[in-house]
Amino acid sequence: MARIAGIDLPKNKRGEIALTYIFGIGNATARYILTKAGIDFDKKAAEWNDDEQAAIRNIITNEFKVEGQLRSEVQMNIKRLMDIACYRGLRHRKGLPLRGQRTKTNSRTRKGKRKTVAGKKKAPKK
Amino acid sequence: MARSIKKGPYVDAKLERKVLAINDGKAKKGVIKTWSRRSTITPDFVGNTFAVHNGNKFIPVYATEFMVGHKLGEFAPTRNFKGHSGSK
Repeated sequence: MARIAGIDLPKNKRGEIALTYIFGIGNATARYILTKAGIDFDKKAAEWNDDEQAAIRNIITNEFKVEGQLRSEVQMNIKRLMDIACYRGLRHRKGLPLRGQRTKTNSRTRKGKRKTVAGKKKAPKK
Repeated sequence: MARSIKKGPYVDAKLERKVLAINDGKAKKGVIKTWSRRSTITPDFVGNTFAVHNGNKFIPVYATEFMVGHKLGEFAPTRNFKGHSGSK
């Protein structure tokens, strides 16, 4: 069983896919790592021997920011936006979309579950 | 789409001239009134206060080093939503 970058232990998946279970590694990065380590994409994560695991670990620690470090960097970036009170920061504070999407309807990902307002009248029939 | 790097950041020429004059000590330090919301904040701007127009009035913006790369307009909201009537 492979244990890379802390807590992640995906097995029974092709190496290329297994690596994407690490936060900060997607398809492209996973392929890059495997190519550089000289491992076949189709080799299961559980089948990597110690040398291969070490090689992968090396590449990740030296070249990529993953998991906790990356998460904290993202949080820092958001905090920066909020501290300087720019438009994007204000939108983060209010929990609304940042990139000019409509908010009359939709935007449920940012706004969360619908909050029904009592007493709001329905559109009149014509 | 983001602006081409080749062109460099956009700064209103007149505004840049005013900022540089203040930094060189040629003009007296003070609030720079501007309508140029589209101007990027460059490192030269840091430490100066701008009065950025929001379509209604001028919003004072003190440029810090963290603001470099943002536009002046990002710091002067044009819509000020206070909440719906009836919601306390």
